[in-house]
Amino acid sequence: MATDTVKLPERPHEHAMDAVGTEPVRPVMSFYVYEWPVRIWHWLTALLVVALSLTGYFIASPPASVAGDTSALFTFGQIREWHFIAAWLLTIGVVFRAYWAVVGGEHARLIYYVPFWSKQWWSDVFLVVKWYLFLNKGEKWVGHNPLARASMFGMFTLGSLAMVVTGFGLYAEQAGVDSWLRGAFGWTLSLFGSSMALRTWHHAGMYLLLAFSAIHLYAAVRDDIMGRVSTVSSMISGWRTFRDFHDE
Amino acid sequence: MARVETFYEVLRRHGVSRRSFVQFCSLTAASLGLKPAFAEELAQAMQVKPRIPVLWLHGLECTCCSESFIRSAHPLAKDVVLSLISLDYDDTIMAAAGEQAEQCLEDVRREYKGKYLLCVEGNAPLADDGVYCITGGRPFVEQLKDYAADAMAVVSWGSCASWGCVQAAKPNPTHAVPVHEIVRDKPVIKVPGCPPIAEVMTGVISYILTFDRLPELDRQGRPKMFYGQRIHDKCYRRGHFDAGQFVEAWDDDGARQGWCLYKLGCRGPTTYNACSTVRWNDGVSFPIQSGHGCIGCSEKDFWDNGPFYERLANVNLFGAEANADGWAKGAAAVVGAGMAVHAGISAVVRLRDKERHDTHLPPKGGTP
Ligand code: HEM
Ligand code: HEM
Ligand code: SF4
Repeated sequence: MATDTVKLPERPHEHAMDAVGTEPVRPVMSFYVYEWPVRIWHWLTALLVVALSLTGYFIASPPASVAGDTSALFTFGQIREWHFIAAWLLTIGVVFRAYWAVVGGEHARLIYYVPFWSKQWWSDVFLVVKWYLFLNKGEKWVGHNPLARASMFGMFTLGSLAMVVTGFGLYAEQAGVDSWLRGAFGWTLSLFGSSMALRTWHHAGMYLLLAFSAIHLYAAVRDDIMGRVSTVSSMISGWRTFRDFHDE
Repeated sequence: MARVETFYEVLRRHGVSRRSFVQFCSLTAASLGLKPAFAEELAQAMQVKPRIPVLWLHGLECTCCSESFIRSAHPLAKDVVLSLISLDYDDTIMAAAGEQAEQCLEDVRREYKGKYLLCVEGNAPLADDGVYCITGGRPFVEQLKDYAADAMAVVSWGSCASWGCVQAAKPNPTHAVPVHEIVRDKPVIKVPGCPPIAEVMTGVISYILTFDRLPELDRQGRPKMFYGQRIHDKCYRRGHFDAGQFVEAWDDDGARQGWCLYKLGCRGPTTYNACSTVRWNDGVSFPIQSGHGCIGCSEKDFWDNGPFYERLANVNLFGAEANADGWAKGAAAVVGAGMAVHAGISAVVRLRDKERHDTHLPPKGGTP
């Protein structure tokens, strides 16, 4: 299939056999879409985004002060340290996922670009928008639906990249003016104009990812029910099943 | 002009003893973060090298930089540099005035073409052909361009010259712009702060004058030796920050204990300056030490970044301004309400269509 979002053909049963590669005894409308590295990456990322948002929130609004001697207390420092550990892991994930987009299957590439130059894609987006507005009965998509793909690209792929870049910009500030980190990320200060602006955008970026997560969660669960297709379990097993099309 | 005097000769002529001279050299070397051996090098340089002429121009500014400068901690520091500078040109503190002063400026430019240091305090307003700042009968921007053209390098004193500061704050009615946006073909050294610390100013000048080279600059064009770290990196309250001990109100117990001012909007974590190491007024104190958060006066756009008691900048979207959390709350309300309504309609539609699913019929229409 083309690299575009895979759309179900007119006669899904035959295609199902192609896609699975063996002749099913009982043709079930299932496709293998998420390879295991993508699935592991997904759940780790989900966990890390939650962890980073939590620690990030506390960095921005520190918890109540604790009395005691500074030599024995490291409360806020601890929160920051957790943030940095999660940050490094997230960054490794972001790099790994990009690598997998290159070497993995065609579905692994979907969230790295959006074919906005393709007329077909736009009309597909339109179909999905109509579906979400209850104006049609809905298309079936093996990969992400085109609207989901656009939001994953725009809000998550670019969003997580922005968090890594601004995050390391802030991290480099603590590392000192002659550190390799400053050498690698010092340009973020020039890009945003000032350290304060950099920090503000890192903070605002959290809300972008949280907004994505909320919409994403809602859409995944809703698609599962309304679209009668496996979404949540597909990110666990890797298989996408269309419940309306199995043979009796 | 005959042989140019050395610094040392100038100093001796001003009645400075050899003893205080040596003392000044070690102090300056220390404040520059140089090894003790450099004190000797500094002394040597000042005794044999001809001094570098300095022109000090004043644009749109409040003179707080000059005020700070002449309050340099070591009495000699100000004497040295001040006497050196008033030899040439500084319209605020020089003896000559009017035509005579302008003549002096012109003389230096002619005689030391390409060799003098141009220090600029304040900046140039460009609106209406620059009429909002007239010096010597013409717009300051012209004077700045003229004298920068023949200078060896330019020093931008303070946040005005470095970033624009208050006169360039929104909506910037006179269109004031920092020096580096006017002078593009000469090295520009930014020494931001409102005002900069006296020792930082004399330190930068002494470095250039004695070593005949510009100090190493960071990406933003500031000397690394003074602007390489944030206030926060060397703040003596940092222990309380790491411990999680924050002042919650100006008069609470934490405030009396000297806890960290982060929650009251201290901008130390986003401000590059030497206040927490060099401090002010002969090393007596600095804002945080006297119980007030840093307002980030040496940072770009510090006037436009929202209230002085907030750590994060305001975000301007759709022509309205609020902090990031404010925008997020609005967005959360919209997205949340949208999802709730959508979920409600979805439930209704699903109940209505339930029958269809139960019969396992593919949906109607061309595509399944
Ligand atoms: C999902 C990704 C991330 C989220 C949601 C997130 C969130 C946040 C938030 C809300 C803050 C507080 C900002 C403030 O109000 O001052 C923060 C601070 C910070 N973050 Fe992140 N962050 C993320 C990823 C990263 C990454 C990848 C790094 C890279 C090392 C990073 C490094 C930092 C640093 C250095 C700070 C400043 C801590 C301090 O100076 O006290 N963050 N983050
Ligand atoms: C516990 C909450 C979550 C659940 C149940 C969930 C579920 C899913 C599901 C079912 C998919 C597959 C979508 C499809 O069927 O086409 C998916 C994809 C994806 N999710 Fe999540 N997700 C969760 C949290 C998150 C979080 C927090 C993030 C990051 C902010 C995230 C980022 C993504 C991305 C980027 C993809 C695309 C995967 C790819 O193509 O590589 N998810 N998620
Ligand atoms: S008072 Fe300000 S500069 Fe000092 S540790 Fe707290 S936040 Fe940092």
